[in-house]
Amino acid sequence: MHVFPYLVAVWIFLTGCYGLATSRNLIHAVGCLAVVQSSTYVLLLAVGYRDGGTAPVFSDLKPGARPLVDPVVQALALTDVVVGATVTALLLALVLQIAKRHGTVDPDELTELRG
Amino acid sequence: MSRFFRLRVLAFGGAGLAALLVAACFDLPGFGGGSHPYGDRAVRASLARRTANVISSVNFDQRAYDTLGEMSILFAAVLGCVVLLRQNRDEHRDRPEPTEVALPVRRYALLVLPVALVTGLYVIAHGQLSPGGGFQGGVVAATALHLLYLGADYGALERVRPIGVFEVTDSLAACSYLVLGLAGVLAGTAFLANTLLPYGTFNTLSSGGTVPLLNAAIGMEVASAVVVLLARFLDQAVEIEEEKGS
Amino acid sequence: MHHLLPLLAAGPLLGATLLVAAGRRLPRVVAESFACAVCAATGVLALVLLLNSSPPLTEWVGGWRPVHGESVGIVVIGDGPSLGMAVLVSLLTLAALVYSWHYFEEPPRGHAGSYPALMLAFQAGMCGFAIAGDLFNMFVFFELMSVVAYALTGFRIDEAKAVQGALTFGVVNSLGAYAMLTGIGLLYARTGELAMSRIGRGLDAYGRPDALVLAAFVLVLTALLVKAAAVPFHLWLPDAHAVAPTPVCMLLSGVMVELGAYGVWRVYGTIFAGPGGIPAADLERALVALGVLTAVVGAVMCWHQRHIKRLLANSTIAHTGLFLAALGVLTPEGDDGAALYILGHAGVKAALFACTGILLDRYGNVDERALHGRGRDLRTVGVLFAIGGLALAGLPPFGTGIGKAVSEEAVGGPLTVLFVLASAVTSGAVLRVAARVFLGLGAPPPKGAAYETTGADEEPETSGRLDRIPGTMIFVPAVLLAGALAVGVAPGFPTVVSRAVAAAGTGRTPVDVHWTSTGVLLGCLSSLLAVGLAAVAVVRPGLLTAPSWALPLRRLQSGHVGDYVAWLLVGATVLGALALPGVLGG
Repeated sequence: MHVFPYLVAVWIFLTGCYGLATSRNLIHAVGCLAVVQSSTYVLLLAVGYRDGGTAPVFSDLKPGARPLVDPVVQALALTDVVVGATVTALLLALVLQIAKRHGTVDPDELTELRG
Repeated sequence: MSRFFRLRVLAFGGAGLAALLVAACFDLPGFGGGSHPYGDRAVRASLARRTANVISSVNFDQRAYDTLGEMSILFAAVLGCVVLLRQNRDEHRDRPEPTEVALPVRRYALLVLPVALVTGLYVIAHGQLSPGGGFQGGVVAATALHLLYLGADYGALERVRPIGVFEVTDSLAACSYLVLGLAGVLAGTAFLANTLLPYGTFNTLSSGGTVPLLNAAIGMEVASAVVVLLARFLDQAVEIEEEKGS
Repeated sequence: MHHLLPLLAAGPLLGATLLVAAGRRLPRVVAESFACAVCAATGVLALVLLLNSSPPLTEWVGGWRPVHGESVGIVVIGDGPSLGMAVLVSLLTLAALVYSWHYFEEPPRGHAGSYPALMLAFQAGMCGFAIAGDLFNMFVFFELMSVVAYALTGFRIDEAKAVQGALTFGVVNSLGAYAMLTGIGLLYARTGELAMSRIGRGLDAYGRPDALVLAAFVLVLTALLVKAAAVPFHLWLPDAHAVAPTPVCMLLSGVMVELGAYGVWRVYGTIFAGPGGIPAADLERALVALGVLTAVVGAVMCWHQRHIKRLLANSTIAHTGLFLAALGVLTPEGDDGAALYILGHAGVKAALFACTGILLDRYGNVDERALHGRGRDLRTVGVLFAIGGLALAGLPPFGTGIGKAVSEEAVGGPLTVLFVLASAVTSGAVLRVAARVFLGLGAPPPKGAAYETTGADEEPETSGRLDRIPGTMIFVPAVLLAGALAVGVAPGFPTVVSRAVAAAGTGRTPVDVHWTSTGVLLGCLSSLLAVGLAAVAVVRPGLLTAPSWALPLRRLQSGHVGDYVAWLLVGATVLGALALPGVLGG
């Protein structure tokens, strides 16, 4: 049980990589990249968890009343979310242009660059 | 490479990495463990500066420089999308036809729109007090506007969303975050130092020094950035058409 | 003084935001002059900080100075290598901005400021990465420079190759970045810290390295080696560098790839060099093995290209291999050699790309065979291109020459042969292009074969084909080559670099670095070999064209994003296997 959340993160990471490598549609591939990224959320939040901990927000909590989960990894995860969303948007914009220029979004059919 | 060969290569690489990562998992401290030295320090620092939401304190005070980078990534990605989704030489614009919207959808969207907008602004404003903040609230506020697209039509959305204004707001909000940071240097302390304003009373809207200001700048930046981003994609979907026969 | 360090990232960003805010109303000239001014001002700031960087500067952003040795803030580091990279970034960005003065056909309508703003954001990302002293902050700026680079690579959206190359670049580099973040998560779980020096101390306090340390090492280095384009992480690079607009290529090949190698040096030195990290012997094995492989693959691929930009991109891969091998031996001389080599190479490679850009804009073509003899009237460009080619071989007294000489002395033995051969082959390929295109030597080659990317039928990046070459487009490569020359001839400069690298907290005593007779001889030998190779290739093309054993290597470069991802995973596995013995054996 003590390693289970970490193993879930590893599983998600590798699943995303498998999807990326075998993808037949670039939109699907960008989605797989987002899957790889979500493994980092799981890992970061799992690393920051403390048994019985609550959110590190004191608007309705007396300081010291309960154990808190690690706020730093939550901030890191937030940064991670923003980075992931923007990268996804940019890559989808590129996929859109690929669809226009190549007339396909199947990576097997893109043969302009090789050798 | 053939698909078969790619799968072999992938299996080899994936198996090796999987073995390494699984072995690493068993060396990690157990899930739910008590040792979080940085986290404990962050909580103390946040209380010392009277910021009730520790995550906001980390984002906008202790590690505000990371947030600067994060904001710049968003800013650069929006700029990149503006460039990548521009109208090309062989394309022209078509006015989209007004479309019929089912009445329940229309009513629901127009009803929820103001609620969603206010919720977004509330989440931004209370960033240093309760869960949420500029990033989360900004996204809510920006998507609220797009209920118009669902409830009415693209023309209605375009009327409330002058894209040029949002682009300028996006960059000015990013600019104000930087200027707030530079104020620290000019005052002789440090870049992004939260020492210029009084820390206020714990758990009130004006607590936390510069945290609410930076938070508001981010809220504005994110809201405008998301609007511009969605506008570029909607443009491609709705307005921009390829020339016939090209 | 140290308070000004974060401005290296914040300054260009401020300029970028202002440009976008005002860009709708500004005429193009004003927007571009403003960008040049901001870029130059940042460069001056970096230079001033560099001159004051002994002892190294550290700054806790937000004023969170450590109390009892503990801080909650982010540290940025201003030592010789980091500020030196920031200066190099700023100089090259300025060169690229000047080169692209009135360059692109038209900016997106109503967005005159967007191209210079992206360039400034790129500069900010690279400077921020160079001065990062906090591992997560390093990831953030890694992503900033990557995101801007994807957008700039795909800038010419009407080119089918450009958008494909940009997407491949984006997917592979982002995957690397997420691997790095996973590594950061592992290190944070073990040590509870994010500042690199604190993580290093945390690992040492824990004791012997175990699987977690190895995994974190592999994951973080995967991202940096993807950026540095080490084999087998390198496949994205020729695709991206061949299609990006020329000024962007100057930055990508000149400094962004080298920042990956710099990142490896920084991360290993601060995090993994202690007793709780990866033993030196293992790092040496890993880096030298990957470096040798990279240099060989890059040189072979470089030789077989006909698309000139792809040829230059592959030569960048070969040289990165040499940098990694020099850094990998973990001696002060190796670090000094790599630093000098990177400085010289940046000027030379950017100048070569600038010359190629002129060909592209004049003939709408960067194909070696199609351009045969057509460059005869571009005499100045031809001379610059040939000088660049010779400098690539490490011809004394260019900066690449002294960098190569010092590195060769550091690595010693059989690796010296690798340095001589790899630089000679890449340089020979460039000289072959120069001889065919600018002199029209040799028989016009036949229309080519199956598995390759030709450079014919490209769109010029300017409005229409150029009849007269603008002065700035000649001036920039000339100045860049002069800069590369200055690195080698400025008296005492190598020793200054050596001192700056030694003062960067690695605790090594500075060594006296200067030209040696062996170095000069080996540099001349490489140049002679390069000229010989080029001559043979031109006179008897049959002797050196595509031997069949190179074909499988070329087939790996398939342009398929799935292949590249699969090889990235293999690379991570190989890296782990190379570093494994030190973790297993006590």
